[in-house]
Amino acid sequence: MAKYIVKRLLLMIPTLLGVAVLIFFLMRVVPGDIVELRFAGESAFAQKENLDKERARLGLDRPLWEQFVTWMLGIMRLDFGTSMWTGSPIIEEIQLRAALSFQLAVMATIIAVVLAIPLGVVAALKQDTWVDYCVRIFSIAGLATPSFWLGIVFILMLLIVFKWLPPMVYTPFWVNPWQNMLQLIWPALAVGYRYSAVATRMTRSAMLEVLREDYIRTARAKGLWQKLILSRHALKNAMLPVLAVVALEFAFLMGGLVVTEQVFNLNGLGMLFVESVARRDYTLTQALVMLVAFVFIFVNFTVDLMYAWLDPRIRFR
Amino acid sequence: MAIRPATVAEVPDVAGRRGWLAQVRDFCRERPLGAIGAAVVAANILVAISANVIAPYDPLTTDYGAMLAPPSAGHWLGTDAFGRDVLTRILYGSRTAMLVGFACAFFGATIGAVIGVASAYFAGKVDLIVQRVMDIFLAFPLIILALAVVSILGTGIQNVIMAITIPMIPRAALVARSSALAIRELPYVDAARAAGFRHRRIILRHMLPNVMAPYLIMLTAYLGQAILLEASLSFLGLGVSEPTAAWGLMLRGAAVQFAEAAPWMAIFPGLAISLAVFAFNLFGDSLRDALDPRLKTQ
Repeated sequence: MAKYIVKRLLLMIPTLLGVAVLIFFLMRVVPGDIVELRFAGESAFAQKENLDKERARLGLDRPLWEQFVTWMLGIMRLDFGTSMWTGSPIIEEIQLRAALSFQLAVMATIIAVVLAIPLGVVAALKQDTWVDYCVRIFSIAGLATPSFWLGIVFILMLLIVFKWLPPMVYTPFWVNPWQNMLQLIWPALAVGYRYSAVATRMTRSAMLEVLREDYIRTARAKGLWQKLILSRHALKNAMLPVLAVVALEFAFLMGGLVVTEQVFNLNGLGMLFVESVARRDYTLTQALVMLVAFVFIFVNFTVDLMYAWLDPRIRFR
Repeated sequence: MAIRPATVAEVPDVAGRRGWLAQVRDFCRERPLGAIGAAVVAANILVAISANVIAPYDPLTTDYGAMLAPPSAGHWLGTDAFGRDVLTRILYGSRTAMLVGFACAFFGATIGAVIGVASAYFAGKVDLIVQRVMDIFLAFPLIILALAVVSILGTGIQNVIMAITIPMIPRAALVARSSALAIRELPYVDAARAAGFRHRRIILRHMLPNVMAPYLIMLTAYLGQAILLEASLSFLGLGVSEPTAAWGLMLRGAAVQFAEAAPWMAIFPGLAISLAVFAFNLFGDSLRDALDPRLKTQ
């Protein structure tokens, strides 16, 4: 097991390095750089020497391999540098936005799990009855509805029915929990619906699979209570794949809510992504991509370990 | 990450000897939800093909006398901020959606399947390297890829298709590889190798046809996802650009700005997206159940 963990951890390095190479060169292939963009408004100052001076200040005049190596050496010391656009440390820039994205992801996860587990279990127990059909239609609809559109519909509803709009400015939870909830509950619901659909489907199919196992039949034959069979025998074993999709979905939410954030005017990581690419803020974009890639790889790794730990039938080499 | 149970069949179900019409009839009888989905998909494709015939107006003609008009007998679903008929633009928008959906799903699933099967066939070092490259693309945020493609090549349908297809390939490769690993050990692959066939022939002619079930399942699943992604990208201004009619694009800008005064602009295109993806998913789900013997209802 320890050998497997070390092997997996080592395999993360080439993947992260590949992501780093990809984003580094991708950003530089994109036409226009930050200096051109910044001086675009003020054509009088945009003389070549001024542009060159600014490029030299940002280190963009050095050969590409040197820039890459400098960046990599920084990352190894966990130093992501400063944002090219604002000049403040990248860690600070990301921290602010990550708090919001993280809270939203947690809220959406709670909504999803609270909806998904009972629905999935009921659908599996009543397979091919109208209950099952209703749950399946509800969850397939969840997969089909774009979260950002659902967000627009929520806002519309609040506006037309209640003549009220959620607050536009972000209030941290510890400052004013009520104000914070008023703003974030709507995007969390919009995202949570799709998320719950993914989890419901997984719960249902995992339950169906588990319910056919021999040990469930044995438990039934022993005359065990249906309730006890469900909670102790079936649900516990069906939870593993559900936990896995929830974890992967959570990793995606941390950086992937670009459109929903746009609709609700939220300053999360997704918004930061779009801004940083639009400004050709190489350092910030690179750091963000590395962060998202790391979260994704790490969650995948954790999920695999979880499988090994919770399911003794799985053994790793 | 190869230990998670695959969501699709490891070994494809061999189609029966009965005619395809009988099979279609069985599918409709056993899976009414799937049949409804298939019918809506078919209707959607028909609408996309015949949009120029059935649409009541021209999708590009602006009518400043009828801006933001509510639904009425003349404009069933109202008009947008330029006085363009919303129903017409939704009907034409299905062209964009179907084109992007089918192109992305086809290229994504096919290229992914070929890579996955080849990776499983060659095994060893090749497999290891291909898996690492796929891992890189899996970990890479989709939106950055789309942003980069659009910034380098500009907006437009073919670039959207590219931006959506690239992230689908590694996902398809993962599924195809896990199915192909089982097939690789079967005697007919050994036989083909013994007969001296080239690698390419074994992969394309002997192995690929036998991952058809997971391939079809991926294809239908990706169709809906591609349509959703296209809508999101267009909504962000990274997808199809005006004046092309596209559902995501219709939700952008004015639709949000005038949402209170003209909610039909924001509601109907979204419903169109949901309905189309819903139908694809309904059909895809039933197809998966039909092709995947493990999940068959007893």
